[in-house]
Amino acid sequence: MQQEENTLYTVTVYSENQVGLLNQVSIIFTRRNLNIWSLSVSSSAIEGVHKFTIACRTSKELIEKVVKQIEKRIDVIRAFYYTDDEIVYQEMALYKVPTDAILESGKFEKLIRKYNARILEMNKTFVVIEKTGHCQETGQLFEELSPYGVLQFVRSGRIAVTKCKVEHVTNYIEEQEVRRVQESQLLCDCDI
Amino acid sequence: MSKMTGSQALIESLIAEGVKDIFGYPGGQIMPVFDALYDYKDRIKNVLVRHEQGAVHAAQGFARVTGKPGVVLVTSGPGATNVLTGVADAMIDSTPLVVITGQVPSQLLGTDAFQETDVVGVTLPISKWSYQIRKPEDIAWAVARAFYIAKSGRPGPVVLDFTKNAQIGSVDFDYKKCDYIRSYTPYPSIDNNALAKAAELINGAKKPMILFGQGIQLSHAEEQLKEMVEKTGIPAVCTLLGLSSLPSDMPLFKGMVGMHGNLGPNKKTNESDVIIAIGMRFDDRVTSDTSTYATQAKIIHVDIDPSEIGKNIPAEVGVLGDAKAVIERLIPLLENKEHKRWADEFDELNAIEHKKVIIPETKPEEGYLNMGEVVAAVSAACGDNAIVVTDVGQNQMMGARYSKYKSTRSLITSGGLGTMGYGLPAAIGAKLGAPERTVCFFTGDGGIQMTIQELGTIMQEKLGVKIIILNNSWLGMVRQWQELFFDERYSHTAMLNPDFVKLASAYGIKGKLVKSRQDLSDAISEMLADDEPYVMEVDVVEKGMVFPMIPGGKPISKMMLTTTEWY
Repeated sequence: MQQEENTLYTVTVYSENQVGLLNQVSIIFTRRNLNIWSLSVSSSAIEGVHKFTIACRTSKELIEKVVKQIEKRIDVIRAFYYTDDEIVYQEMALYKVPTDAILESGKFEKLIRKYNARILEMNKTFVVIEKTGHCQETGQLFEELSPYGVLQFVRSGRIAVTKCKVEHVTNYIEEQEVRRVQESQLLCDCDI
Repeated sequence: MSKMTGSQALIESLIAEGVKDIFGYPGGQIMPVFDALYDYKDRIKNVLVRHEQGAVHAAQGFARVTGKPGVVLVTSGPGATNVLTGVADAMIDSTPLVVITGQVPSQLLGTDAFQETDVVGVTLPISKWSYQIRKPEDIAWAVARAFYIAKSGRPGPVVLDFTKNAQIGSVDFDYKKCDYIRSYTPYPSIDNNALAKAAELINGAKKPMILFGQGIQLSHAEEQLKEMVEKTGIPAVCTLLGLSSLPSDMPLFKGMVGMHGNLGPNKKTNESDVIIAIGMRFDDRVTSDTSTYATQAKIIHVDIDPSEIGKNIPAEVGVLGDAKAVIERLIPLLENKEHKRWADEFDELNAIEHKKVIIPETKPEEGYLNMGEVVAAVSAACGDNAIVVTDVGQNQMMGARYSKYKSTRSLITSGGLGTMGYGLPAAIGAKLGAPERTVCFFTGDGGIQMTIQELGTIMQEKLGVKIIILNNSWLGMVRQWQELFFDERYSHTAMLNPDFVKLASAYGIKGKLVKSRQDLSDAISEMLADDEPYVMEVDVVEKGMVFPMIPGGKPISKMMLTTTEWY
């Protein structure tokens, strides 16, 4: 689908911990032929509530519809979408490079310092370097390591928190609790 | 609390939800449940269909007529995959269903066991909720949740995939109905600001129009809608699935919108200044090209499903909520008004359609019988009080257009999915759901053959369904498109058909072939004389056309009245 507006949005989905939810969420992107740029799933600050962080490049109009359709799934509690300036986000990358090449280069220390990277493992054959940062930063380090032959490279999905104080979903869960009490009250009234 | 098998627990759960009729077909991985059913014969009746697709469409017909979830019980693998069409159909048409499929024992899941299919996986995108019951302790919880989800909010199909070990395991049964799910708000609270904005727009409108869909029936808002129309004097039009929510003869009801809708409603959509859309979803068969659809109008969109508001057509005011509750709260804010001149303009356009399309279709003086003529005659003979069931295609448009409706939930048709083969089983479910009403099923020679095996169900259950086969020996709607848009290249649409009356007779069902105009009314009288099933096969004109028509992608403001004439 060709879209005029093309922004990277970060969608956060709060859900119950049910089997198959990832599938339920991802098929909504599939239906609209949207490519998920990155995805990460973990528990949230609220007990029993899972949090999906999905990055996707599309238009505002479309992401808004996608988020509503995600929320429509029964076990999804709430879903939101953000632009980069509304969130603090981070990614992590791992690079495996041949030990000989990187040592011979004489730039090893400089690179590690410049990128504030960490060495996780080092042996006779390879070095594993870890770098957290935005994808431009992890990408730059990849470029700089490339001349020495990157044996393996992996970048995690984006994780993000909003710039507001608590999870957006917290108030909602409190409201739902009120609804539960009201509805059971209503049911009792009917019985009388 | 009492000890029982999982199968018994399932049936007890269904009984606790008030289920009396189910539609099912046995097979290996659901046999324990069917075995348990044997002991519940006096409390739950299973309609033994001839194909699982028949079970699910019958359950849909039942649900549409009664408003209660239709229940389907089939086996795993092919049993489950055969119901998928109906699940998808129910999803897009918001029909409440609880579909229970057998599944291989949980220790065999994922091993490609005999008749194993990933039912939850394949039904996720086409159901409101689907869940696999892997242990007997989950049964009461899952069934309660299934019924709550299926019927609340915007209704839809729910699938329960029931492993065999859960069917035979034993459990302490304790049933509690579900009325709350934290992550699911079926009835969103109505925003007063949105109501006020809507009322202001409506009260200030010069050319307002109410456009309602099936949401009126789903929320039981027929009386409220009527009151709103009468108070405000606003002309009301509807979608295909909205038909019968208001009586056909109500003066301010002006007909149907859409590809084969009425001239007034379609043309006036593009002249109206405020459109109040209630419980409808701006399907492309309603809007045609959205860039030319009602661009002059301010649209108030009332829907219970947040994802519908603004999905296809941007709304000036979105009012989230149950249609009945919204209309009830809106009425006091609306002014008593008349829009006589504006409302009359609908009638003037409809009069043109009447003269150019309806009269020639329903009252021809010579030549072959027309589909519309047959439908109109059957409807009149039923006192406009039958439940009309259609298949899909020309028979559907003719059945919907030329039937008159007195009471709500009187048109059962596959709207969103357009499922050929839907009609015959849906008519079975409709008759079972409303045995006291006449059920007239209009179908074509194509559609009936997609699920014709269900004549066996009608025979076995002795269901008085009146089957009217409008036989033109073509796949008529596709043929119509080939004539209009594919240079009359009739690729694979001509049908060589069996003798349907003989076929009916093989099933012990009475019938008659009607070939000429003078035989029609006698045959209809014979068909309606008793409450037994009947097949009336009518030879209709081969190359009949459904008009008026908005060809796909064209603006709704111009409709084809004949092959050469536009208005």
